[in-house]
Amino acid sequence: MTMSHKQFVLLLEGVNKTFDGFKAISDLNFYMDDGELRTIIGPNGAGKSTMMDIITGRTKPDTGKVEFGKDTDLTAMSEHEINRLGIGRKFQTPSVYIHHTVFENLLLSLKGSRGVFAALFSRTTPAQRERIHEVLKTIGLTDKAESPAGSLSHGQKQWLEIGMLLAQDPKLLLVDEPAAGMTDEETHKTGELLLSLEGKHSIVVIEHDMTFVRQIARKVTVLHQGTVLCEGTVDEVQNDERVKEVYLGRKKKH
Amino acid sequence: METRRIVFYPQPQLGLKFMRRKPTNLELWLVAAAALLLIVVLPCLNAFTPDGSWLHVSNFTINLYGKYLCYAMLAISVDLLWGYTGLLSLGQALFFTLGGYMMGMYLMRLIGDLGQYHKPIPDFLVFLGWSTLPAFWKPFDSFPFAMLMAMLLPGLVSMIFGFFAFRSRIRGVYFSILTQALTYAACLLFFRNSLLMGGNNGFTDFKYMLGHDTRSPATQRALFIATGVALLLVYLLCKWLTKTKFGKIQRAIRDSENRVMFSGYSTANFKLFVFVVSALIASLAGVLYVPQVGIINPSEMSTDKSLEAVVWVAVGGRGTLVGPILGAFAVNAMKSWATRAYPDLWLIFLGVTFILVTVFMPKGIVGLPGQLRSLKKRFARRTPNPDLSAKADPEVIPDPDANQLAKIK
Repeated sequence: MTMSHKQFVLLLEGVNKTFDGFKAISDLNFYMDDGELRTIIGPNGAGKSTMMDIITGRTKPDTGKVEFGKDTDLTAMSEHEINRLGIGRKFQTPSVYIHHTVFENLLLSLKGSRGVFAALFSRTTPAQRERIHEVLKTIGLTDKAESPAGSLSHGQKQWLEIGMLLAQDPKLLLVDEPAAGMTDEETHKTGELLLSLEGKHSIVVIEHDMTFVRQIARKVTVLHQGTVLCEGTVDEVQNDERVKEVYLGRKKKH
Repeated sequence: METRRIVFYPQPQLGLKFMRRKPTNLELWLVAAAALLLIVVLPCLNAFTPDGSWLHVSNFTINLYGKYLCYAMLAISVDLLWGYTGLLSLGQALFFTLGGYMMGMYLMRLIGDLGQYHKPIPDFLVFLGWSTLPAFWKPFDSFPFAMLMAMLLPGLVSMIFGFFAFRSRIRGVYFSILTQALTYAACLLFFRNSLLMGGNNGFTDFKYMLGHDTRSPATQRALFIATGVALLLVYLLCKWLTKTKFGKIQRAIRDSENRVMFSGYSTANFKLFVFVVSALIASLAGVLYVPQVGIINPSEMSTDKSLEAVVWVAVGGRGTLVGPILGAFAVNAMKSWATRAYPDLWLIFLGVTFILVTVFMPKGIVGLPGQLRSLKKRFARRTPNPDLSAKADPEVIPDPDANQLAKIK
């Protein structure tokens, strides 16, 4: 069996979600291969964040299939259960624990027991320290280990949050607008950081900034009105008539 | 596989060295000194110095401070939820009172037939037309049973309420309102005579406790010492709890609950645990409060009691363990003075204090030294001195987003 069916790491099929009469997600189909780095773009209100909410259990879809890996149904699970399967999510606005040090932020994110009583008697092992320092190196915050996360710059907070995802060692990383509010320089570094993770994790990146998308994109999915408009390379997508229409204004009226 | 090396630029280190002060043992020394004073020195001065000597501590003072110690314990239970977990509970007075009632039932049974009606059952039951003891009162003849119930009842109530509240993701002001409503409902329930818990008069006129006269100075002194020891143990327990990984997760929930949830923790379970622990601490405070004050009635559950406890914590400094203790002492000392000097103005005093503290002392009494230090620094910076002005203020976390915004503009 050399030509075995390739396992999707993430599958959304026929997903619909309506909020108070507004169709946020409409018959969405989305397939992602293991180890892929996928970029999702789309105008405001295209349903990008709602799609993330559906994958991570924050929002339950009205209809449709959401599966992770080998037929794991995500629709019936809560946020923390989905996270424990190996799906990490970075929010649009950096959400880190501002009163904890960078080191502690990573410590709380490390893979391991998540129970109440385990937390009462847990101690930091040398292996955990080593892993934290590895992550610190990856995100370039080694010399900030003992600083409170609240003292970091906006860009550094974004990196820390990505680091917190890495500490969980997830199979799938969902990254929502990592470059929002960053300087060009920081944006570029964020791109390099994401590219360095390619292959080790499957990654979904939602982004607006087209320069950034050009830097990191392999395969791009364009979302519009809650459904997939087209998929392809950056060039293919940018030359697609429907995409131009959506982004540059409507030419045809139906 | 190719691994890319990312070059990160060196980050400015300005002021960060000062940002996190090394945890000093100062707090522990102060607590040890205060504990020695309260648990050993004051009771000795009460017992062994003659009345009228300038060193003498009166029975009244011992009794008053004993009450404050109970309030301090209640304040810690509020802070464990509010300051450390971000849950503003307005229901701690409920657990305090439940503990108090359990102790009260035991004390009522020990009155025996020394009551007004000289019957072997509590007076209020005779008044209600009972001639025998209701079944649920019987086991309260036993002190261990009463203490067991003082932990079980608040524990169960908090567990059931917390389970549903946290599972339904009730947060913020809704949680506060709900805890308030629960307390009010319980208050109305205890006001009813048909509950057979003394109605609006509650329990009073206690005579004996564990074979000792509750009104004797020696018993009161022993209760004072017991309360001091209990407060010290509660303090140490919370100190330990906040140092563990559990404590870190607690504060992480306060700062960014979503992040914690999306890191695989069931935040509902963590909040439930803290809620139950806090209820037990509040109940313990109530247990020790009742024999010292000599009365327990449903007014202890009224709205203002829970709010007062919140004010103590705000005044002392939330998110610390010493703060609530200081706050409980400071505000209640003020109350004792104000209710004598200006009885009608006390609630206005309390309200004004709360507003002033929230606006001008957001970190409370505990944060005052730091506030003064940063004021001093700001003052020093006014004088043109390039050395000083280059240093960042250690008290204020620099707001990097402001810079970011400036760059974008």
